[in-house]
Amino acid sequence: MSMNRINRTETPCVIVEEEVQFTLIELSQVCRTEVDQLMELVMEGVLTPSGEDPERWRFGGTTLRRARVALRLTRDLELNAAGTALVLDLLDEIEALRSRLRRLGGD
Amino acid sequence: MEFKDYYAVLGLERTVAQDEIKRAYRKLARKYHPDVSKEPDAEARFKEVAEAYEALKDVEKRAAYDDVGNRYKHGQEFNPPPEWNSGFEFSGGAEGDGHDFSRSDFFESLFGHQPAGARGSRGRGQRAGEDHHAKVRIDLQDAYRGGRRSISLRVPRIDANGRASIEERHLEVNIPKGIRDGQHLRLAGQGGPGQGEAPAGDLYLEIEFAPHPDFRLDGRDIYLDLPVTPWEAALGAGVTVQTPDGSVQLTVPPGSSPGRKLRLKGRGLPSVPPGDLYAVLSIRLPPADTEMAQDAYRRMAEAFGDFQPRPAVEV
Repeated sequence: MSMNRINRTETPCVIVEEEVQFTLIELSQVCRTEVDQLMELVMEGVLTPSGEDPERWRFGGTTLRRARVALRLTRDLELNAAGTALVLDLLDEIEALRSRLRRLGGD
Repeated sequence: MEFKDYYAVLGLERTVAQDEIKRAYRKLARKYHPDVSKEPDAEARFKEVAEAYEALKDVEKRAAYDDVGNRYKHGQEFNPPPEWNSGFEFSGGAEGDGHDFSRSDFFESLFGHQPAGARGSRGRGQRAGEDHHAKVRIDLQDAYRGGRRSISLRVPRIDANGRASIEERHLEVNIPKGIRDGQHLRLAGQGGPGQGEAPAGDLYLEIEFAPHPDFRLDGRDIYLDLPVTPWEAALGAGVTVQTPDGSVQLTVPPGSSPGRKLRLKGRGLPSVPPGDLYAVLSIRLPPADTEMAQDAYRRMAEAFGDFQPRPAVEV
């Protein structure tokens, strides 16, 4: 049975990358994962929060994408945190090369 | 509903040993995982592969699947036998596995619906709603101008009997001016409903730009190709270029060579600070397909007798 739910009211809406910071707990809720798994990614240097101890960690908005990709790779490719860190570094490098190609054009 | 041959999806024989299943899955997952793959149909292929693996990796599920599979071929019309209505009971599958996408009807008719990303409860009676994620494709022009966009999302709903259906949901979203490809919008309170007095979750929309035939993006900066004639490049010219925000006049300086980037400051994506727009010069040669055109090239050859585009070759 499918129903249409219409929402015409103005929904407050922010750009995560520019206006949002997450605590460790918030990030675990947004990413639907356990805090431990995120802590492991921090230990491997995949995610880099500011603040000294986990209770005071703050993750910038750009962490959302990085954490979600890392968690998907860990789960779907059955990687450990170190393997995930390596894949993300390589993906960053590929993205830098692709963006150079885009600037040059002719793809 | 069509019968799915999960062994064929993984490229395996039915008699294959259990650890071969894992090996085949991992190989295909590395090839088609949407986060690493640039194969055009990566997402759809990965979904198939992941579903096949989920059905076959567990010995109990595999046995149940084989029981049905011995009677069907891939693509054959499949009607679940009546006893399947109650669903099999599996010892290991209680917790959700956190997959972002839904399984096929065929899978769910065999193994029942498994909520995506189900997690341990956050406290009884007062549980905040789950955060939801979706992808939204917008045009480059939407990001330039910002403004209201109507989007529709497909949301899985589970009824009291545990049966899943897809509900279409319409939302009016204010696209902020200057949003960039790959950024996320957070819509407070538009995620899953909370239990009791607990607040609803948030909805996160991942913004994806539809590819544009003329404009390439690099963060806030926009690149476009600007073909010019040899004489425009050599002598300089005023040209009109089309930007995502209307046309602008641009001066090609004399003595320009191909690959030269002409910058229009602040004409990239609006933001603080705004991005820039770059027109990348390329030179188009007119065809030498008439006597007159060939004459013109011959006169050029005479005029540029000393011009040597290649390094000198020792003989």
